[in-house]
Amino acid sequence: MSAEVTQHAASAPSAADAPTPLLAVEHLRIYFPVSSSRLLARSAGHVHAVDDVTLTLSEGETLGVVGESGCGKSTLIRGIARLVPVSSGTVRFRGRDITTARRRDLAPVRREMQMVFQDPQASLNPRKRVIQILGTPLALHGVPRGQVKGKARELLARVGLDPEHLNRFPHEFSGGQRQRIGIARALAVDPRLILLDEPVSALDVSIQAQVINLLDELQDELGLSYVFVAHDLSVVRHVSDRIAVMYLGKVMELSPAQELYLKPIHPYTAALLGAIPIPDPKENRSRKRMVIGGEPPSPITPPVGCRFHTRCPLASEICSTQEPPLAEYASGHLAACHHPMNVTAQEIAAARPSGASPLSADSVMPKPEDAGAPPATHKDEN
Amino acid sequence: MSTDPALAATGTEFSSDVARELQKEGGIGPYRLAARRLARNKVALAFGALFALIVVMCLLAPVYAHDIAHTGPNDEHITQVIKVAGKPTDVLSPVGIPIGPTWHGRFFLGADGSGRDVAVRLLYGGRNSLEIGIEATFITILLASILGIVGAYFRGPLDGLISRAFDLIWAYPVYLLGIALGVTLQLQGLDLGVFKIKGSSLVLTALIIGFVFIPYVGKPIRGQVLVLREREFIDAARQQGLGSLRIMFGEVLPNVASTIIVFIPLILANSILTEAGLSYLGAGVQDPNPSWGTMISDGIRLIPAAIHLVLVPGLMLVLAVLGINVFGDGVRDALDPRARIRIEH
Repeated sequence: MSAEVTQHAASAPSAADAPTPLLAVEHLRIYFPVSSSRLLARSAGHVHAVDDVTLTLSEGETLGVVGESGCGKSTLIRGIARLVPVSSGTVRFRGRDITTARRRDLAPVRREMQMVFQDPQASLNPRKRVIQILGTPLALHGVPRGQVKGKARELLARVGLDPEHLNRFPHEFSGGQRQRIGIARALAVDPRLILLDEPVSALDVSIQAQVINLLDELQDELGLSYVFVAHDLSVVRHVSDRIAVMYLGKVMELSPAQELYLKPIHPYTAALLGAIPIPDPKENRSRKRMVIGGEPPSPITPPVGCRFHTRCPLASEICSTQEPPLAEYASGHLAACHHPMNVTAQEIAAARPSGASPLSADSVMPKPEDAGAPPATHKDEN
Repeated sequence: MSTDPALAATGTEFSSDVARELQKEGGIGPYRLAARRLARNKVALAFGALFALIVVMCLLAPVYAHDIAHTGPNDEHITQVIKVAGKPTDVLSPVGIPIGPTWHGRFFLGADGSGRDVAVRLLYGGRNSLEIGIEATFITILLASILGIVGAYFRGPLDGLISRAFDLIWAYPVYLLGIALGVTLQLQGLDLGVFKIKGSSLVLTALIIGFVFIPYVGKPIRGQVLVLREREFIDAARQQGLGSLRIMFGEVLPNVASTIIVFIPLILANSILTEAGLSYLGAGVQDPNPSWGTMISDGIRLIPAAIHLVLVPGLMLVLAVLGINVFGDGVRDALDPRARIRIEH
């Protein structure tokens, strides 16, 4: 196994000098055909759910993926988990291309890469007892029959549930408890990477914190890596090392977590941050927020140029014609914008085009004089 | 929270002992809960017992024929004279009118137009009717479940093919299709290479009836699976690396099993009725084999003189079908109180 990995790693151009990342997504595209007529099944275009996304994740790291609903973040991790077919691009796990691997070849990868789903009500089979739900992955990955029960008890205890509840059905648990069962199922086969598809968005806020803390503890104990998908930045803030902001299938900004909150470069990120309520009403009202209106455009016919230009308060001529590449600023902060915010002219001048840029991006880098106005264009009146 | 979340989640009322047990350990399976609910439904149980009684009586037909009636179902006694209350009486009067019920061992329910013992034929006919009903139900449920699950799970062209085939069968009224198939197949038998059935076989009738009812079960199952396949636990199973076969029959099937169980008594009752109808019309069980349908058909021309020939099998048919139907309704209410499953044709 290890020999195979190193061989693959050597052949992967991006990993020539750096150690092989645990997960590498390269120019991943996931398009869904839209047929206008069921009878003739003519394709009337595609939904560009994920459009040329490049990401890496190292061992023990948490990558947050945020964006509005419909931006392709869930499709992205479903593509990584091979639950939806990939249109083009590659997904590498420990350097090994798993994009087209068949089910049997995928088994060892699936053992190391597990998934936790959004809706704990729907992600557990209502007709199965907890022991059966946890026993399936255990048996599938070769745990002897006699040890399944003991292992399942351990798993329940590990996620903070009563090990005596093995015989219960999912409907006998609360939402938070069900999500813990979902996490236990993912942990059953000792994975290295867990794909979290909005794991807390279906839960009450008080329960959200518990589940996030549990995920945090598990990461510390077991050295797990996470890809954590969420639709609001406040949730991923506590867990992420780096955060990718997606809009209409593309990565707009990718940055170390703390830096993203302190100085967002992309106007879309700034708008998302502005949408986080601050608990103090006075402060909440007085702060200057960037507000964007309207709905995202159709992902079937996405806008030309920068995908965000139709709603961007800073947009200019160039934004509707030239697609901005992901520019790499200091400390590995990537952003795809012609009018970067919160950066100095020197920083813009020092920026380099990143290898993670979409292949379709134009080569026009942001110019220092195009720097976007600092945070604010809008003030709440009430 | 003071109430047990498990109780709140199911939205079902439990008797207090069940609730206490649930709070103690939990994990009472859906079928055990259903069995408990069914046990409280005395009407359904009584009708179930009625049907069970009919089944047992029909199974004991050979014993009755041999030890009490001393005659077989197809033995004709046209010229025989028996003693009724001390007086010798013709089994068949000179003008062809059969003897009525004697309420004794021989000709307990009288004789039919060919001098055969009605009681013996009734029990043997019941055996045939039940046998055909059970076989037809088995065929319907098995094929409809497999086709419905496989079609809905895979979608695409296979689903289209299966759905159109369902529509094709559905397009014909049950009896019309049954008669058409029955008449043609009985003339030549069914010959599918290795698989041959003689025209006079009961299995052929069962096959026809089972076939005709497939879409009535297959379509609702397909509909349920279409919803289930989009649920995240199916994605979870795929993500674990389970194959399609294991997902369909290990993950999806348990979720449609209660629907399938509810359909079993419904289809059984309908199959028995359809068998009687087809046999009555001559497209089902063939003479001299008895069945409730052929018995009614045989007796119809003697109604003015010997109405018992029609009444007796008719009554048995009503009791048997009523028994399964009421019991089946009880099973449905116990398994899934919200389901509205019925057969319309």
